[in-house]
Amino acid sequence: MSEVIVITSGKGGVGKTTTSANIGTGLAMLGMRVALIDTDIGLRNLDVVMGLENRIVYNLVDVVEGNCRMKQALIRDKRYPNLYLLPSAQTRDKSAVNPEQMIKLTEDLKEDFDYILLDCPAGIEQGFRNAIAGADRALVVTTPEVSAIRDADRIIGLLEAKDMGQVQLIVNRVRTDMVRRGDMMSVDDVMDILAIPLLGAIPDDESIVVSTNQGEPLTGTDTPSGQAYLDICKRLLGEDIPITVPEGGRGFISRLTGFLKRA
Amino acid sequence: MYRSRRVFGNRSGEVARKRLKLLLVADKTNCSPEFLEMIKDDIFSVVSKYLEIDRGDVEVGLTRTASCKGSDYVPALYASIPIDGRLLRGNFNAVI
Repeated sequence: MSEVIVITSGKGGVGKTTTSANIGTGLAMLGMRVALIDTDIGLRNLDVVMGLENRIVYNLVDVVEGNCRMKQALIRDKRYPNLYLLPSAQTRDKSAVNPEQMIKLTEDLKEDFDYILLDCPAGIEQGFRNAIAGADRALVVTTPEVSAIRDADRIIGLLEAKDMGQVQLIVNRVRTDMVRRGDMMSVDDVMDILAIPLLGAIPDDESIVVSTNQGEPLTGTDTPSGQAYLDICKRLLGEDIPITVPEGGRGFISRLTGFLKRA
Repeated sequence: MYRSRRVFGNRSGEVARKRLKLLLVADKTNCSPEFLEMIKDDIFSVVSKYLEIDRGDVEVGLTRTASCKGSDYVPALYASIPIDGRLLRGNFNAVI
C-alpha cells in the first residue's frame, strides 16, 4: 500500500524542503522505496538540499507535458538506490501544471514506490493546490513563531476543507533553552493552538546548515536533528516512539556562554 | 543582553501565545479584538445601569458551544460579568 504525503506550511522559510529531504532520506534508510517530488515550479530547491543538482536532465513539467518518460526524469539518490527525486522546472511557473495532472502523476508513481513525498511551495495559490491534489496525507511544518503558526492554522483549515486524510504537525527549529526561560512558545503551546496531532519536533540545530551546505540530508546521523528526523520516519512507519524535544546542537561559543549564564 | 521582560512586562513566549490566540479568532471570525472591546464596553454600560460591576472583571469572548437544535457546534459570544457577592447567597443558577 503506497502513500502520498504532502509537506506544507503556508509560510516560506520554515523548513519544508529540509523536512522533505530528511524524511525522504530516512524512509529510504529504513528500506522503503521513496520518490521525492519538488512541486515548487520556478523556484527549484529540493535538488540542492539533496545534493543532486548536477544530475538534472528532465523535470516535473517535462513528465506532465509528455516530453519524456517518468523513468527518464527520476534521479537516483547518491546513497540510497531506493530513493529518487523528481525535480521541479526552473524556467516555468506554477500555471504549467494543474491539479488533475498532479493526481495522474502521483497515481503513476504509486505503482513503483511505497512513499511519494511532495515538497509544497509556500503560499495558498495554485502551487499549493497542485501539491495537495494527489496527497493522501499532509504534514504541516511550522516554527514556534506567531507568523508561521498563523499561516499553519490557515493551511490546516484549507486542508480540512479539501478533506485531506490525516493532517499532522511538525514543529521545527525549537530552542529548548529559550522555551525554558519563557522566550519561545513550547511545542505544547503550538499543539494547543493548532489542535492537530503532533508527529515530531525538530531542534534548532547548526548541523542542518552544514548538511544543507554539503547537500547531504542528516537523518540518522549522530546529531540532535538527525535523530529527531529518524524518529519521525519511524513514527510514519507505525512505530510508537515517544516525542521528546532534544537540545539543539550549537557551536562551542554559544554552548560555553549558555553554560556560563546558567552557572 | 536584550531583556524581553523589561520591555513587555511579561516573558515574550507568553506574549506571543496571547497575541496568536486573539489573532486566530480575529482571522476566523472576521471580528477584530477592537470589535470585542466595543461589545464589552456596551455590555458593561448596560449592565451597570442595574448592577454594581467592575469593568476590570468583565470578560467577553468567542467560543464554540453545542447548538440547541442538534449535535453540531456553533460559534457563540460569551460574557462573564461577576457581580457583588452580597447580592446572591448560596449556589444556584437562574437563566432566562
